[in-house]
Amino acid sequence: MYRYDEFDTRIVKERVEQFRGQVARRLSGELKEDEFKPLRLQNGVYLQLHAYMLRIAIPYGQLNPRQMRALAEIARKYDRGYGHFTTRQNIQFNWVALKDIPDVLADLAEVEMHAIQTSGNCIRNVTSDHYAGATKDEVMDPRPWCEIIRQWSTFHPEFAFLPRKFKIAVTAAEHDRAAIKVHDIGLNMRRKDGEVGFEVHVGGGQGRTPHIAAKVSDFVPESELLDYLEAIMRVYNRFGRRDNKYKARIKILVSETGEEEFRKLVEDEFAAQRTAEKIALPQEEIDRIHAYFEPPKLAVKSATSEAFEKTKTADAGFARWTRANLHPHKVDGYTTVTVSLKPMGVAAGDATDDQMDVMADIAETYGHDDIRVSHAQNVVLPHVALDDVYELYRKLDAAGLATPNEGLISDMIVCPGLDYCNLANARSIPVGMAIQEAFSDPDDQADIGKFHINISGCINACGHHHVGHVGILGVDRKGEEYYQITLGGRADEKAAIGQIAGPGLKAEDVPVALKRLVDRYRELRTGKDETFIETFEREGMEPFKDAIYAGA
Amino acid sequence: MPLIKDRREVDDIWAYVPDEADLSPGGCITVSLARFRSETELLLARNTEIGVRLEPADDPHELEEFLDRLALIEVDFPKYTDGRGYSQAQLLRRRMGYEGELRAVGHVLRDQILYMNRSGFDAFETDRAELPSVLDALEEFSAVYQPAADERVPVFRRRHGKD
Repeated sequence: MYRYDEFDTRIVKERVEQFRGQVARRLSGELKEDEFKPLRLQNGVYLQLHAYMLRIAIPYGQLNPRQMRALAEIARKYDRGYGHFTTRQNIQFNWVALKDIPDVLADLAEVEMHAIQTSGNCIRNVTSDHYAGATKDEVMDPRPWCEIIRQWSTFHPEFAFLPRKFKIAVTAAEHDRAAIKVHDIGLNMRRKDGEVGFEVHVGGGQGRTPHIAAKVSDFVPESELLDYLEAIMRVYNRFGRRDNKYKARIKILVSETGEEEFRKLVEDEFAAQRTAEKIALPQEEIDRIHAYFEPPKLAVKSATSEAFEKTKTADAGFARWTRANLHPHKVDGYTTVTVSLKPMGVAAGDATDDQMDVMADIAETYGHDDIRVSHAQNVVLPHVALDDVYELYRKLDAAGLATPNEGLISDMIVCPGLDYCNLANARSIPVGMAIQEAFSDPDDQADIGKFHINISGCINACGHHHVGHVGILGVDRKGEEYYQITLGGRADEKAAIGQIAGPGLKAEDVPVALKRLVDRYRELRTGKDETFIETFEREGMEPFKDAIYAGA
Repeated sequence: MPLIKDRREVDDIWAYVPDEADLSPGGCITVSLARFRSETELLLARNTEIGVRLEPADDPHELEEFLDRLALIEVDFPKYTDGRGYSQAQLLRRRMGYEGELRAVGHVLRDQILYMNRSGFDAFETDRAELPSVLDALEEFSAVYQPAADERVPVFRRRHGKD
């Protein structure tokens, strides 16, 4: 993984000192809250319902064990013993005191981490495929370019006060696990005539007005990527709407300008920049950054592991977990493990300090020091030998980290909702837990198969309800919480916005309605290998709508 | 309001003339882009130096053919959260090669001026109370990650001995 050099170290430390000064000026009253706000936001500090919340970047989702332990230590020392992994490969701490935050950031700097631009109307943490560098289905490893984009966007002087926040995601795999089509910019890496480049999608997003991104370019060669991004950013900074916060994202600019005209604006700006302003990243720098992402040296193994097969036969719980939580590795004899942070009764994405330590230990012992955080709020160990999987599983299980549900119905994306967030209209976490309860039987979950439920507590859609196979949106109607169900959404390469099934349901009616929906799916599917979303796309809304409202 | 130019406090010899006010006979003045557009000849014929104040929605390209005749361009930040002025500055400096004074006016805060400076501003109108710390703000970072309109060399070049 990338390691800081003297420049990176210095910049991050200087940032900590800068923010320490800003906090001191705020605490002394020299800075008004209104003036402090953008400063704290660009350092990841939000004012939440109960306290300040600190959001720390995990650039493109990668951590080493030392960093994971530092996060555990922050949870212990400054918070209430846990942290919350988010849908954009960040981790949030909900209970830190403002006066402590400069110290937390200083601790993070020691392990080459930061909270820079994790909030505010600037370019946010760059996200990517959590299987990057390990998965069979990738054309190449997207992380080096994620790191290049991270550095270019850090403290970019022109783009710190954009109309609204700005999110970039990169994938290089056939199957899009980074949800690039619902990002402000989504990049898909490809090769053309031996050259590496990027397919560029712009204007995807969720929130109040969900959009699937428009493809603005089929191929931007890697040597021009930063210039092209800069052109898009400048067009957005100059012409994006600033009169209405809810119309300020680039998706609105793209849709109001029209795809063709928007593309022309970008192309014209790009052409104009090509002369004196060209960024001209030296090839040595591109090579320097790529060198950090060499694949780990994995001992040669045969494709199958006798030990692995034997333990699967002997331990049914392990066998079930392997069916859900392993993903094929590009090297024979290895696999990629998902550590589910979605056990029953725990808020999605939460991990305790002890669990973080356990994951760090396991990554050190079995995982080549590599840890990833997924957009679905789970943790991933990308490089594990099949021979070691059983031992690893036993250790995870002992720490409550072996829930066998990756991608299954109980592996939901859930925003913090009204329990934590001051934007929310309704609770999300309890609804998610009630659904998990309704589908608690692991055999039943395995039978249902791939099924993504996403829950948001308000129309800002942090729980990605628009792109859940089943989306659940909490709304407040005259002081009572209702939940609107959408069907058919997906965030992958076939990205689609879910359609509203009908009137909202009361919280207590949601699990039973979903039970009926799932039963209908099982009746209609052509076989066990047809997933819910495929059945939905074949059958349409009607049968599922009937199922949801059958009890009404 | 106090003015910082080239990292020093200087006296301000310029006055902005609002659109509804008459042009004074002498002195260095700035006017809005709209007024400059409608009274270009008259303004350029004056004996004194002339400047233009850009508002966030203004297109700096409109000044392109007059740049060598302007001694000052002011970029207004009515709210510090409106970042269009940073792009206007970059375009003036890098695209159009403007070399005169580029001054940030309006809601100019200490913690924004490094970004302003990097975007091409060499002058800032800001509150006196903050003056010493305003200058410190320009020195808070010893390295930068990307090229901009300033002289700072990005780390991707410094790392490889390319200053």
